[in-house]
Amino acid sequence: MNNTVVRFDNLGYYYHPSRWVFQNYSAEVKKGSIFSLLGPNGCGKTTMLKILLGALKPMSGSIEVHGRAAFVPQLFQVTFDYSVLDMVLMGRVKQVGLFSQPSAEDERASLVALDRFGIADLARRPFHELSGGQRQLVIFARALVSEADILILDEPTSALDLKNQGVILKWITRLAHEEGLTLLFTTHHPHHAHAVADTTMLMMGEQEYRYGPTEDVITEESLYSLYGVKMKRLQFEYEERTIETFVPVYAAKGRN
Amino acid sequence: MTETTVAEPATSDKPIPTPLAAHEKYGWATPVLLGVAVLLAMCASLCIGAYPMSFGRSANILLHLAWPFPLPDNPPWNVKELTVVQIIRLPRVLLATLAGMGIGMSGAALQGMMRNPLVGPDIVGVTSGAAFGGVMAMLFNLPPAGIVSLAFCGGMLAMICTFNLSKLARGNGLALVLAGVFIGAFFLSLVGLVQFLASDAQLPGIVFWLLGSFVGADPKKVMMVGIPTLCAGSVLMLLRWRINLLSLGDLDAKSLGINVGVLRWAIIMLVSLIVASQIAVSSIIGWIGLVVPHCARMLVGPDHRRLLPASALLGGLFVLGLDDLTRSIIQAELPTGVLTALIGTPIVCFLFWKTQGKGWEHE
Repeated sequence: MNNTVVRFDNLGYYYHPSRWVFQNYSAEVKKGSIFSLLGPNGCGKTTMLKILLGALKPMSGSIEVHGRAAFVPQLFQVTFDYSVLDMVLMGRVKQVGLFSQPSAEDERASLVALDRFGIADLARRPFHELSGGQRQLVIFARALVSEADILILDEPTSALDLKNQGVILKWITRLAHEEGLTLLFTTHHPHHAHAVADTTMLMMGEQEYRYGPTEDVITEESLYSLYGVKMKRLQFEYEERTIETFVPVYAAKGRN
Repeated sequence: MTETTVAEPATSDKPIPTPLAAHEKYGWATPVLLGVAVLLAMCASLCIGAYPMSFGRSANILLHLAWPFPLPDNPPWNVKELTVVQIIRLPRVLLATLAGMGIGMSGAALQGMMRNPLVGPDIVGVTSGAAFGGVMAMLFNLPPAGIVSLAFCGGMLAMICTFNLSKLARGNGLALVLAGVFIGAFFLSLVGLVQFLASDAQLPGIVFWLLGSFVGADPKKVMMVGIPTLCAGSVLMLLRWRINLLSLGDLDAKSLGINVGVLRWAIIMLVSLIVASQIAVSSIIGWIGLVVPHCARMLVGPDHRRLLPASALLGGLFVLGLDDLTRSIIQAELPTGVLTALIGTPIVCFLFWKTQGKGWEHE
């Protein structure tokens, strides 16, 4: 059975014809898997996400997305101070008729989703008052009530402290493995991709990329080519598990 | 190893517990109270004028007109009072209320759709565009339906220009306001040009119309503003929850599954129709579309499901009150448009001071 949810072949995009952002990129994402997208600033990660969401049309190649995608932006700010429940309720738009208002059933579904993330007690609070991590969980809850098949996250951990980064990564894994959602995310942290992603794409240049199982793609060499920063692979035992991660090696001033 | 299945909330940075906002506590009570206030204000407004009348008597006549029982042998009013209410005061009260309701809900819809609490029909140029359409219709001596049609076209054209101009500057909040100022100024200069071209017989009528007033209200004018406002307003009310989604931004709204382009154009057309019908009967009544949604947001919160009805009711109440003032503070009648600007500016300043810029700060 073909369980590919997202597939793109020879994908290309430019903002100006003389300068392609990327060209001839191909990959596929399986249902219930986690796909990470890495690359330096300005390489076109967000552009790629916009194409996946259908907000931009590719200039070359083809893209197939089977299922509905929900988006979790990098820094979620709203102009008006909606309550947390109002925010989650917006995920029900597909279930609410064009000229209808959300029903009590929609509110109940939203509260259940918030409860799933352990934040039902925040339902009536203004969204602005929440911390970055809590906002991300609210947007996850919104994606859950929208009954989306694919969740696209733009740097989901970029504005979070270490503890909340861990919480979000844990939820990314759970949403894929327990809820059966397919997750695609961009990140600047190779160790995050290494910890949770099944497949990874490194956006190395206009026509150069690496794509495949995360363990094969994320290596000390590939990360050095990608960022121009030396990365050290560390392996150690922790709670009867073998942990493998990557740390950058910066040349700190005044130290040996 | 056991994997915990309960959620792991970010306990380290729980928000500081704060009491629920009033709108979360009282739900729909505030909009319902506003509705009652509008009805009471309408009855009270019927008592205001050169011919004195009690509140009870005007309410009695209003009840009789709304639900015409066979006239009792000895009605508690005389024919003169009935005539004053039916022919003079009621059309004006209805006209002011409907116009205010239209501007109030249009302002709230525009602010939500454009994700910018700084906009209103007059800020994005739609009022100036509609005024240009209106004076063009007067220049060519068109009938009332022609005034509404041309005002609608002018309003739509202005809003399309503003929206596209702001997009050139990546569509941020300040660019939208500036684009509205440019387009509004352009259409106002066209209004000036039409005044220049108007004949001596047409000019006084155009000038008085532009000052904005409900003088000369009659059932025909009530129909002119009532039918478009109630029809377009009803559709806008049905779409009000979707304005919440538009206020999140295009990418997010699109990813949630709504057709952003179609919904935005539908709202632009509905707002233009409402504003055009109001402009056609009373010309420019400024500031209401900007100020009223802010006041309503303080009362019922930002959710457009409650905000739109509340803005409509508060707008009706506000304009009706202002019209009462224009009829009663001095013997000669002040144009309502003049008074709204005189009162609206201090209110905007007060709101800015009171909220310390909250509501503007997120743009």
